[in-house]
Amino acid sequence: MNSAVFSRGRLLLWGGCLLLALALPLVFKSGFLISLLCQMGIMVVFALSYNMLLGHTGLLSFGHAVYYGLGAFATMHTLNAVGKGGDPLTTALLPLVGGVAGLVAGVLLGYVTTRKAGTTFAMISLGIGELVAACSLMFPGVFGGEGGVSGNRVVGKDAFLGFTWGPQVEMYGLIILWAFICTVAMFALTQTPLGRMANAVRDNPERAEFVGYDTERVRFLMVVLSGLFAGVAGGLSALNYEIVTAETLNAHTSGVVLLMTFVGGIGFFYGPIIGAILITVMQIVIGGMTHACFLFMVLMAPGGIASVIAIQRNLWLAGLFGRMVPHYLAAALPVLILLAGLVGLVELSYALLAGEGVGAGDTVTKVMGMQLQLNTLGPWLTAIAVTAVGLALTRWTGGKARIAWNAALSTLHGDKQ
Amino acid sequence: MEFVAISLLNGITYGLLLFMLSSGLTLIFSMMGILNFAHASFYMLGAYFAYQISTWVGFWPGLLVAPLLVGAVGAMVERYGLRRAHRFGHVAELLFTFGLAFLVEEIVHLIWGKTSVDYKIPLELDGTLFTLFSTDFPIYKGFMMLVSVGMLVALYALLTRTRIGLIIQAALTKPDMVEALGHNVPRIFMLVFGGGTALAGLAGVIGGNAFITEPGMAAAVGSIVFVVVVVGGLGSLGGAFIASLLIGCIQTFSVALSISITDVFALIGVTLPAGSQVARLTITQLAPVLPYLLMVAILIFRPRGLMGAREN
Repeated sequence: MNSAVFSRGRLLLWGGCLLLALALPLVFKSGFLISLLCQMGIMVVFALSYNMLLGHTGLLSFGHAVYYGLGAFATMHTLNAVGKGGDPLTTALLPLVGGVAGLVAGVLLGYVTTRKAGTTFAMISLGIGELVAACSLMFPGVFGGEGGVSGNRVVGKDAFLGFTWGPQVEMYGLIILWAFICTVAMFALTQTPLGRMANAVRDNPERAEFVGYDTERVRFLMVVLSGLFAGVAGGLSALNYEIVTAETLNAHTSGVVLLMTFVGGIGFFYGPIIGAILITVMQIVIGGMTHACFLFMVLMAPGGIASVIAIQRNLWLAGLFGRMVPHYLAAALPVLILLAGLVGLVELSYALLAGEGVGAGDTVTKVMGMQLQLNTLGPWLTAIAVTAVGLALTRWTGGKARIAWNAALSTLHGDKQ
Repeated sequence: MEFVAISLLNGITYGLLLFMLSSGLTLIFSMMGILNFAHASFYMLGAYFAYQISTWVGFWPGLLVAPLLVGAVGAMVERYGLRRAHRFGHVAELLFTFGLAFLVEEIVHLIWGKTSVDYKIPLELDGTLFTLFSTDFPIYKGFMMLVSVGMLVALYALLTRTRIGLIIQAALTKPDMVEALGHNVPRIFMLVFGGGTALAGLAGVIGGNAFITEPGMAAAVGSIVFVVVVVGGLGSLGGAFIASLLIGCIQTFSVALSISITDVFALIGVTLPAGSQVARLTITQLAPVLPYLLMVAILIFRPRGLMGAREN
């Protein structure tokens, strides 16, 4: 193949990314950071597999966790069946079992879900997702009930090329390898006739039918293949956490992968990678508030982060980027003030009402290093005032930035024509 | 006989509550073409608002004020959120409501904490209405039925007998024509969204203390309401009504029946091997799955639902 998939520039980019990912543990040595990196690697595969549906085929699925979860359970049961008799090489190949499980689930469920596109597909996927999640609690023998199924990824006595997968760093290497293979495979798929037809089915199903393609079959194949990669991601998560609970296949997991893919940007192949990395970090730093940022993204940048990057790149290429820099800088400060105010308000509410970080009934808390009395008005008024000032300033500078932005964009599009 | 009568009464009570939620959802869908994933979140807000008001001034003011507040919040969401998301297409709208559901849950966590709150049935309504055979039927369930049916009649009268109802009905099918006749269609959209969420809020006010008021209540009811709307047929109020009662009855009957496939076979003299997990599942254990099974079956065999008009 001399297509763009394996052009020299692209090979260099792929290789560079792989080397960078493998070199990261040299910098981030703490156990917590390496676990975080592992989670990111798994989520990258999961989000990319989701984008095969949402971004490439235009299928909005609310039940993608089903394939991920079933892959994880299949891998965990195989791992336990292999038991002490196995060796590290077998363990390294186990995510394939997860992939096959995801594939089989995709064949069975995809047959039902892909008969229609659009809203009907979204609803059936949600129904099937809820159905499988509810079923998983009915069969404790297979899904382990509330406690889940656990296992041990270190099997056998000998090592494979010196690896036992015991230490988290070795597991990280394995995850990166799998993530790399899957990413390249999924990218290659977008360049195949099937991948192109999926785009056609997304954009104009009627015309695709007239050209002679069976849109139902294209959707089915994409669901099956996406199930395969989601299953691999699930298998990796089973090996990484050494426990699989029913939560891996419920609606919450489906929601998280949707969030990652959308925030990253569904219009670009690399969008979900950005989204997966960013949301994994955000979930740890700000927890449930991640979803508030999701709303913000839907309203402000429906193309996701990748589209924002792409527009900046276009501006840069057209020599217009310099024009926008002062506006970005001017808008940054009010946004920071607004964020500080909001964070303060949320922290105060949590401390007072949910009793987090302080004992129940305690009225003193620490926010951003300051000792605060919760039962006085001072901290609350300060937080509200900072938020209000931030909001007003953001609207003011944001309005100016928007005018400049629109002017730059119209110049950009004017140049093209 | 006793079992059937009591289960039927309970099923109808629950079904009517479901209809209060699904009617708003259906109206919003047929008007704007979007499924409001956050609809059950407004149900939850209704319960929490009513709880908060009941701690200050008692239950009865809350019954009136809480739904109005929820409706106002809903109208604001439509005006400043959904209308903006609408510009980016259907998927953006759907995702907006999806994210909103998470946001509301998080806000409820922030304000009222992660555990359930003590939202009680008022003393006047605490007691037995009548005793059927040997089972007591509580006053509060009768009250729930009364409110639901009253709401149902009011909604029907509003939609078919008043001027605003006629404009709403016209805007459902021919928004451009209605706009050309000089009506403010975006404002009608806002009103319908506010009205639909207010109905959900009312359901929350009377359902929150009958069941339990906790941050997980939206997720628990949300997926069931969704099933109701799909089974009944998207955009069909009559279908939503039938499906609500159907799902309500299925749920109340199935949790009380402990019959398994093994038992059925035992009746005709066949003993199944004891090892099979599937054959020993009772209907009670199957209860959480039944609505979804029904929904998937409907979507496969009759995608437009029981009484739905449109296919997609």
